[in-house]
Amino acid sequence: MKVPLLLSLLLGTAVAPVLAGPLEDAVKTLTQVGREGAGNEAATQAWTQVVASGPKGLMPLLAQSGSGSSVADNWVRLAGNAIVAQALEAKQPLPLDAVEAFLTNTAHPEAARLLAFDLLQQADANRAEKLERTFGNDPVQKLRRGAVAFLLTSVASKSGNEAKKAYQEVLSVARDEDQTKIVSEALKKLGVEVNIAKHFGFLTQWQVIGPFDNTKGAGFQTAFPPETEVVLDKSYAGKSGPVKWQPAISKDEYGKLNLNETLTALKEATAYAATTFESGEAREAELRLGCKNAWKVWLNGELLFARDEYHRGQRMDQYRLKGRLRKGSNTILVKCCQNEQTESWTVEWEFQLRVCDGTGTALLSSTSKR
Amino acid sequence: MRACPLFSLFLTALAVTSVASAAPLTTDWPAFRGPVSSGASPSAEIPSQPKIAWSAKLPGRGLSSPIIIGEKVFVTAAEGPDQERLRVLCFRAKDGARLWERQLLATGRTMTHAKTCVAANTPCSDGKRLFALWSSNDLAAFDFEGNLLWLRGLTADYSNASNSLGMASSPVTVGTTLVVQIENDSESYALGIDTNTGKNLWKLERPKFANWSSPVPLPARDGFPAAVLLQSKEGICAVDAATGKTLWQLAGNASTMSSGVALKDVVYLPASGVTALGVPALGVSEPQTLWNARQINPSTTSPLLLQNRLFTVNNAGILTMAETTAGDIKWKLRLVGPFSGSPVGAGDRIVLINEKGMLQVVNVAAPEGEVLGQLQLPLNEATKELSLCTPALSGGRVFARTDSTLWCVTQ
Repeated sequence: MKVPLLLSLLLGTAVAPVLAGPLEDAVKTLTQVGREGAGNEAATQAWTQVVASGPKGLMPLLAQSGSGSSVADNWVRLAGNAIVAQALEAKQPLPLDAVEAFLTNTAHPEAARLLAFDLLQQADANRAEKLERTFGNDPVQKLRRGAVAFLLTSVASKSGNEAKKAYQEVLSVARDEDQTKIVSEALKKLGVEVNIAKHFGFLTQWQVIGPFDNTKGAGFQTAFPPETEVVLDKSYAGKSGPVKWQPAISKDEYGKLNLNETLTALKEATAYAATTFESGEAREAELRLGCKNAWKVWLNGELLFARDEYHRGQRMDQYRLKGRLRKGSNTILVKCCQNEQTESWTVEWEFQLRVCDGTGTALLSSTSKR
Repeated sequence: MRACPLFSLFLTALAVTSVASAAPLTTDWPAFRGPVSSGASPSAEIPSQPKIAWSAKLPGRGLSSPIIIGEKVFVTAAEGPDQERLRVLCFRAKDGARLWERQLLATGRTMTHAKTCVAANTPCSDGKRLFALWSSNDLAAFDFEGNLLWLRGLTADYSNASNSLGMASSPVTVGTTLVVQIENDSESYALGIDTNTGKNLWKLERPKFANWSSPVPLPARDGFPAAVLLQSKEGICAVDAATGKTLWQLAGNASTMSSGVALKDVVYLPASGVTALGVPALGVSEPQTLWNARQINPSTTSPLLLQNRLFTVNNAGILTMAETTAGDIKWKLRLVGPFSGSPVGAGDRIVLINEKGMLQVVNVAAPEGEVLGQLQLPLNEATKELSLCTPALSGGRVFARTDSTLWCVTQ
């Protein structure tokens, strides 16, 4: 019970309800750090105070985790980490039942549940491991991983139809590329082909236009006509003559759209790819991109992100762009620029893009108009 | 200067509780390539017949070097399916006991080339605090007991600051400024950060090109304030560490991997081999090129400046000793390579560790250089474990980390 409230009861006087004590205030200070170190000085003092509170600080930390920025989450995380370390050393009891209850409540933010899991693992690795096995359908992708790993271990001893069924069940919950690959290869050996592109929600049917210019990288910042209108039956002046939209379909199992195939291998060139995603509802979504060329991505005309790095590497889900889908048709536009480099490792002019939820679960377009 | 043997003997006799029989730790190794970013220790002793004193398992990979402050060894690591779990660990120098560990999650991008990893940047210390930086551009300051002092997420602050091959530049402190080079193809900059608060003192736009070299401190001289050297594909500049003001600069094509070495008056810059630059007088905006030696090629490693001699090792394992007045090569010695880590030295000895974990001690006073001793660190063959870090020196010990383990090597 809060001290002011206790005093008011004893004295029979009315006082304003106390919503938060010093500990909660200190935790909140951690979550209020801003860009470029704003709030660091206050957070430093608050961090010391929270850690000094010992195990009773854990639940307030979890309650505030996820309410600030990702950097703020690390202030919170490091406080929890230090509290558990100190308690273990001092053999102090920790509120692990409460931490576990918090963790298993999927209504809590992802950052807070990840922290709860990590604190539990730090305090009692066996308990965390047992719990982790139950997270196969968890909405947090990172929490699923351990459960999928466990399922993969248990399915390894099975054979025939039993194995086929078990692997298909694992596939239904696997969201990470490496784990999905293990499952799909196992299923292939059992005679089952897995549509990887569909499993992940890669967009494979596009309309492409180009080349526009990208001499000395200037095309990246130049707003060519497709940035103001996506009208598929219009043509425009391109880098070396008129250009018009043309269909391009990716047959790559991970949805890579190779622009060299559609536009021929070019250098210092800019292309656009557009597609329509039909959503059955208005909802938050992630557009996850892999690309080793400079790129921009728009969703319904809103620029989600732009990046001008060339040929440093590409992987699935390299960039996670958050956006909101409308109910019905959504236009996704990708700008992909190729630079002037001529080395053998600079040939690629491609991207892969998928639409999914925060778990990495594919969101599939109900129809594809383009 | 090499420590007096009699003094070392006296100190050794005092260290009766030490696990190993080496000389006690008397020197700090507070940053990548040591106290002045030259690769040299003024007082360490390198064992001629190296043996493993202790080893400690690490929870994740890293290329970062350990640093040593007093009796504590600090090292960073990264683990997890996306290398998103960042770790800072503190070990007791005398026996490898783990004193504390802290974990945070990457707030920036964690993609790297497979050979490198997210824990590529070596942490540094100003003698009071530990500053840890990762390839994700997460930057954290701790006291030596593991208490968090401040945090920054430099990609959270500047959202296009990353390199899909991985970042690796190591921070340095100059006075109360922590200098970080966050240079890449997209949002490229260097920051001077207040060591007390973690806030920006200054921010410099930098060439938009991937750069893995590290800033190098340049001591104050002749009216010039304490500065830091920033090199890039476009050359080198000296920046006032307190204000971020450019003091002088030289256009050129400096290495984006190998970092230079600075004395008070001369900078040895990895550029077209090695180029020696005379630090200009106050009011002169450009340094004088003293000499250029194309045949001294440090490749991806960084040169060692030891007792007025310059040492470079190329990836294949050729160690080259050049004198510093004109860059003339005095001898070359074939070692067992390949090397990713840079040479470090003290007195007349230098130590290098190749990618397969073979530690090699070289007597550089010998007319053609000679290998005094070798030690094969028992790396994990099943995981194809590598040793990519630059060793650290303190007292009579050599500290190094491999993919899985922190090693302490003594006589």
